[in-house]
Amino acid sequence: MQKEIIIAGFGGQGVLFGGQVLTYAAMDAGKEVTWFPSYGPEMRGGTANCTVVIADEEIGSPLVKNPPLAIALNLPSFDKYEELLAPGGTLIVNQSMVDRQAKRKDIHVIFVACNDIAEELGNKKLLNMVAVGALLTALPEITMKDVERVLEAHLPARHKHLLPLNCEALKRGFEAANKVPA
Amino acid sequence: MTRELWKGNEAIAEAAIRAGLEAYFGYPITPQTEILEYLSRRMPELGRAFVQAEAELGAINMVYGAACAGVRVMSTSSSPGVSLMMEGLSYIAGTELPAVLVNVMRGGPGLGNIAPAQSDYNQAVHGGGHGDYKPIVLAPASVQEAIDLMVLSFDLAEKYRSICMVILDGSIGQMMEPAQMPEMKPIRRADWEWATDGRMGKRERRILTSIYLDPIEEETTNLRILSRWKAVQANEVRYKEYFLDDAEFVIVGFGTAGRVALSAVRAARQQGIRVGLLRPITVSPFPFEVIDKLAEHASAFLVTEMNAGQMLDDVRLAVRGRTPIEFYGRPGGVVPFPDEILSEVQRIAAGPLSIVSDPRDAWYERMMATAR
Amino acid sequence: MVTTAPTNLVYKRPESFTVTPTHYCPGCTHGVAHRLVAEVLEEMDLVDRTIGVASVGCSVFTYNYFDTDFVEAPHGRAPAMATGIKRVLPDRIVFTYQGDGDLASIGMGEIVHAAARGENITVIFINNANYGMTGGQMAPTTLPGMKTTSSPLGRDVETQGHPIRMSEMLATLDGTGYVVRRSMHDPKNIRLAKKAIRLAFETQVRGLGFSLVELLSTCPTNWGMTPVQALKFVEEHMVPAFPLGDYKVATGVAQVKV
Repeated sequence: MQKEIIIAGFGGQGVLFGGQVLTYAAMDAGKEVTWFPSYGPEMRGGTANCTVVIADEEIGSPLVKNPPLAIALNLPSFDKYEELLAPGGTLIVNQSMVDRQAKRKDIHVIFVACNDIAEELGNKKLLNMVAVGALLTALPEITMKDVERVLEAHLPARHKHLLPLNCEALKRGFEAANKVPA
Repeated sequence: MTRELWKGNEAIAEAAIRAGLEAYFGYPITPQTEILEYLSRRMPELGRAFVQAEAELGAINMVYGAACAGVRVMSTSSSPGVSLMMEGLSYIAGTELPAVLVNVMRGGPGLGNIAPAQSDYNQAVHGGGHGDYKPIVLAPASVQEAIDLMVLSFDLAEKYRSICMVILDGSIGQMMEPAQMPEMKPIRRADWEWATDGRMGKRERRILTSIYLDPIEEETTNLRILSRWKAVQANEVRYKEYFLDDAEFVIVGFGTAGRVALSAVRAARQQGIRVGLLRPITVSPFPFEVIDKLAEHASAFLVTEMNAGQMLDDVRLAVRGRTPIEFYGRPGGVVPFPDEILSEVQRIAAGPLSIVSDPRDAWYERMMATAR
Repeated sequence: MVTTAPTNLVYKRPESFTVTPTHYCPGCTHGVAHRLVAEVLEEMDLVDRTIGVASVGCSVFTYNYFDTDFVEAPHGRAPAMATGIKRVLPDRIVFTYQGDGDLASIGMGEIVHAAARGENITVIFINNANYGMTGGQMAPTTLPGMKTTSSPLGRDVETQGHPIRMSEMLATLDGTGYVVRRSMHDPKNIRLAKKAIRLAFETQVRGLGFSLVELLSTCPTNWGMTPVQALKFVEEHMVPAFPLGDYKVATGVAQVKV
């Protein structure tokens, strides 16, 4: 088994942490895993992305050109990864930040209004967890329980009080994605 | 075993501490700055020496001083910073001192960029500074390997009174992977017979210098340095083999280029192409003998690097014109995707190939054609 | 053979010196400066725990003359090497011995930052207004109008810049504990220089920060003078350009009695 996931969006949307949550979950599930960030000037505003590779054996390339799974949290990322996604793959798109439909028919594009859901929960920073929750519908190797355990262990201390909200965001994302007809 | 998620740069810093790092001197430069930042916190906490120097030039000479005192010392930098350290490296080599230097390589030449690259291979394996010496050069391809090689680097540096460089591209410094840290080793001040740590009522004075005005004496020093290097070559070659048992084609790649090639090898195997991978871990000493043996049976070699063909020359030395060699490189900070290497493998498997004097030429023509 | 009865012995080689004739030119004040350092180390009983850092220039072989551990730094880098040693061996006494080309030109970065960090090391700075070892080229400290092999018409400040007064400059840095300039041109000044060297090492022993003693020195060979003319040149031309004095004496150092 090997699965590659790219998470992309604006800096500040929690792209890197979203990827780390999946990485921790994969590690705790006994998998091999790499987390690779875009680094440098793009860290300071602009767009950010990270690649997570989860596998059963020693991982080769930490980067992937045509991922089977991706999260696009903004329009430029939607434009980029709709094009790059592997045929048959799943793309989670943050509906709150895009104003167009999908073009490709050979991939699953799931629109989830991550910002709106996060705001309903009372904290717009939760949008990355909504998106990660949505992605889990296409990543059976990692369960909701795995991710909740990760959040409990690795949420920065100053955000610990937000644990229940984070778990709720995951759940809402998962449910929203499940409602979308495949 | 307890695996923790470590970022490459921080893992390197912690591994060095666990290996008994007693002093660190460095200067900020992307993409290695996290090592400096991590140690700026951890070293004082442990009562060990940490100085952010005024430049890499100062940093390497602080390393030189601490190495004279006989402690485990290192600096870390990235390509342009390492270039600035070359003066000090040559002096350290000429004084026959152990020291560890990490180069988290980025795109060059010049200011270049901060993207992952392997274009300092030649500088590292050939010593970089003036004069005759060769550092031991280790090239990890994962966070775990970076940790293991950091620990090894101090042992090798001391065993051979040599510089040990750990070279990795920016991607390994920046990526996170699960890894296991070694146990914390206590600081152990070896009672070196050469260290200038003060007479302290125990012995005659000692002098550490790299100056030998008498050319015959300098020649003797050069031969002594060479004799240690010969022992390094005989004892310390390290590499990893993948799918080589029945391989018709052999890829040679180190660090990230090696692990990207591993993905291509797996994909090619699924298509029935019998290709394997040799990933040198010590790029200096280089696994010449292993490649020499592989050349007896392989139909062709493919060298993959994130540069314009540097290790390629070492593979050519080992193959000695017996087998066709092809090259695929991405210089300037570009990380190749596995499918690029896969198509090279497919092209090679389809044949026919010929033995050419410089495999770089054909690669250059293909690159230019793509660019057009 | 004449033997001197111990009771009449008024002058001898300091025990902290090795039995080695120096390689310095006749009339050069390096030898005197060496001797002052050796006497101070001996008087303070520091020889056994001192590590010297030699530089590049005429003083490259300084390590041959002191009976202490010594290392030899790349050109200008002695303060960085001394930093490396002192940080891992804080109970040892670490001093550098550098000339003006080494300290004020190629090593400007290292000396300024070692001083700014307040490295607890001692620097003996020999200012003889030229590069002696390489045959008398212009140094950062060469006086305006002074002829050297690389300023054959005399230093033209319009194109070749002005002399750098290191002690004044370094004294502005908060990390310094003791920064003074002395001269080697006559016995009185040499005695004052020795006292300054003593205070510099006292500064280090007490952990009071960076200490530097700048010594105005002669270079009769490259200046094309007799030793006596060279001493006179220091007095008449160097001292006015590089005024003698205490540029930084931190409170803790001022209280030290020697």
